[in-house]
Amino acid sequence: MKRGVLLGILMAGVAFVCSGCQSSGSWQGETSYTSSVTQTETEIDENLIVVGVSQVGAESDWRIAQTNSIKEELTTENGFYMIFDNAQQKQENQIKAVRNFILQEVDYIVLDPIVVSGWDNVLQNAKDAGIPVIVIDRNVELEDDSLYVTSILTDSEAEGRNAGYWLADYLEEQGRDEEDINIVMLLGTEGASAQIGRTKGFAEVAADHENWKILERLGGDFTQAKGRESMETLLEKYDDIDVVISENDNMTFGAVDAIQAAGRSCGPDGDMIMISFDAVRAALEAMMAGEINADFECNPLQGPLLAETIRRLENGEEVEKIQYVDETYFDTTMDLETLMKDRAY
Amino acid sequence: MSSLKKLTQKRLFLPIFSMILVMLINVIYDIACGNMPLQFFVITIKNGVLYGRLIDVLNRGSEIAILAIGMTLVVSSSAGTDISVGSVMSLYAGVCCMILAGYGNVNVSSYAHPLLVGILGGLAVTTICGLFNGLLVAYLNIQPMVATLILWSAGRAIGLLLCNSQIVYVRVPSFQKIGAYTGIIPTPIIVAAICIAIAACVLKFTALGTYIQSVGINKKASRIAGFNSAKIILLTYIICGLCSGLAGMVATSRIYSADTNNIGLNMEMDAILSVALGGNSLGGGKFNLAGSIIGAYTIQAITTTLYALGVSSAQAPVFKAIVVILIVVIQAEPFKVYMKKLTAKRAQAKEAA
Repeated sequence: MKRGVLLGILMAGVAFVCSGCQSSGSWQGETSYTSSVTQTETEIDENLIVVGVSQVGAESDWRIAQTNSIKEELTTENGFYMIFDNAQQKQENQIKAVRNFILQEVDYIVLDPIVVSGWDNVLQNAKDAGIPVIVIDRNVELEDDSLYVTSILTDSEAEGRNAGYWLADYLEEQGRDEEDINIVMLLGTEGASAQIGRTKGFAEVAADHENWKILERLGGDFTQAKGRESMETLLEKYDDIDVVISENDNMTFGAVDAIQAAGRSCGPDGDMIMISFDAVRAALEAMMAGEINADFECNPLQGPLLAETIRRLENGEEVEKIQYVDETYFDTTMDLETLMKDRAY
Repeated sequence: MSSLKKLTQKRLFLPIFSMILVMLINVIYDIACGNMPLQFFVITIKNGVLYGRLIDVLNRGSEIAILAIGMTLVVSSSAGTDISVGSVMSLYAGVCCMILAGYGNVNVSSYAHPLLVGILGGLAVTTICGLFNGLLVAYLNIQPMVATLILWSAGRAIGLLLCNSQIVYVRVPSFQKIGAYTGIIPTPIIVAAICIAIAACVLKFTALGTYIQSVGINKKASRIAGFNSAKIILLTYIICGLCSGLAGMVATSRIYSADTNNIGLNMEMDAILSVALGGNSLGGGKFNLAGSIIGAYTIQAITTTLYALGVSSAQAPVFKAIVVILIVVIQAEPFKVYMKKLTAKRAQAKEAA
């Protein structure tokens, strides 16, 4: 009797775990289902351009905005047929998706790579099959650059530079352009393209200003918890921080918490200038609350440029190897409320 | 001389010695930097709350300390480790934030359900996880690492599913309380202290500790002696699941969100390491909870020290590894024997001279 009860509990546990696996399994089932539909439909309508899109996942508002932007552009009305695959943050899934696209003989493959390396094999397969690959959002490292036709990127170096220019202007406005400015930086995951670009871009501008002193660059892994921990360490170490550069909004949230817990303040009326990147909705809200001075956008709306690029390739036009999407920034002098109404994310 | 010998033979000597070693590095660093030599130990009140590096270590080490309680018991009873604790922490985050925010919401500033329902719901799920692990290990005799591997990979994934693969924010002050301050003391320190106190009391005033150790030393003999070995192993895994939930509760409240991809990431390694640093054998049997707790805070002290030294988070694991190797080697039995032989030889040489 006792055994039976025990076995029952165990089975329930197993079922619980399996249900977890199953729902992700059905996800993939869905994709393959839609793709088989696609094939029959393309046979009917030869005019549609079939595009296989391998997306990283749906981990943030930013990513969802990017996905929606692509989905809105690659519609049947615009002459596309999109096969979309969500890789759930796993490179294996992305490689599998690209292989499937090759088997399905799509016209174009769009890849938003989760990491920079490890794509040589599968992209070689795509090239052998004669399918052009477009890399979006982040760059890939390949031995042979001809494996993809073009990349549509956010220019993180320019974002870093713009942050530097903005800071210079802001300090001049405040009449502080002559005094010594102590800067600390919270870096993203080391090796991530956004981290490398933003650090480099800002360092370029900082080198032109002799009075800017970068006290320390500390890693924050792009997460709120690490951002907070690193900021706490920095606050204990240095008493006179003037500027905090945080390489994404999540770390900024953590840093703001740390600053407030230490009894300090940041933002336009605070004792530290806070500069952030990404410009997600929650960050703009924090900016309205006076916690962040400026936020440099990493534009997720990459769909229009992607669609245009595919059309140009269809017409046989030459396309630059690297294309950048337009990016802007936000600061407290702007009318944030109206700006936020029009924003997709 | 003999009193020194007595001191070094105490069970807690080595864990405490390692802790002091880490602190000493801090003191040397501060002197080298021209700071006050004992800056590490200075505790001040800033903005109405306690402030200082020591407080930081205690505060950030709370999660590892709570995990170390459960891990110590599991290691002792089953001679194996529960590697699912980090994943289960993130599962707690997923369950708790999903209940509080309502399914599908990403950013809320008011509760969908009362706070207590969320916390208890999360803890209930993690306890069930512990029960699941325990059943596999105790009644099906599956090796602990293999049994807990299931939830190690599935726990985080289930958490992600519950949150739609997104970071769910619960921006309500009362939710942040557990990760913030109570009076002048950081709440995580209080939570950890309560957990440690309860565990210590249970082990001191009941025979549970003895039961666990005897099962760990010899499962069969204990059963013949009249203990229900399987039930005791099951119980330790349930406690470990609950501890993971409590650690998850602290980690989640700290960032008032369910960052399921990152909460508790690699935390199982820190928990196992703290058990080892505490001078406990990973082969089960005799255990020393105080040692594990000291081990947990030592690990956090190493991390905090590295941050203070300005070592980037990508390189920190290398230095952490070096420190850990040193500590583990000092504690290793063959090394101790070798050192004893060496001193004996020296004494002999002296006598001969």
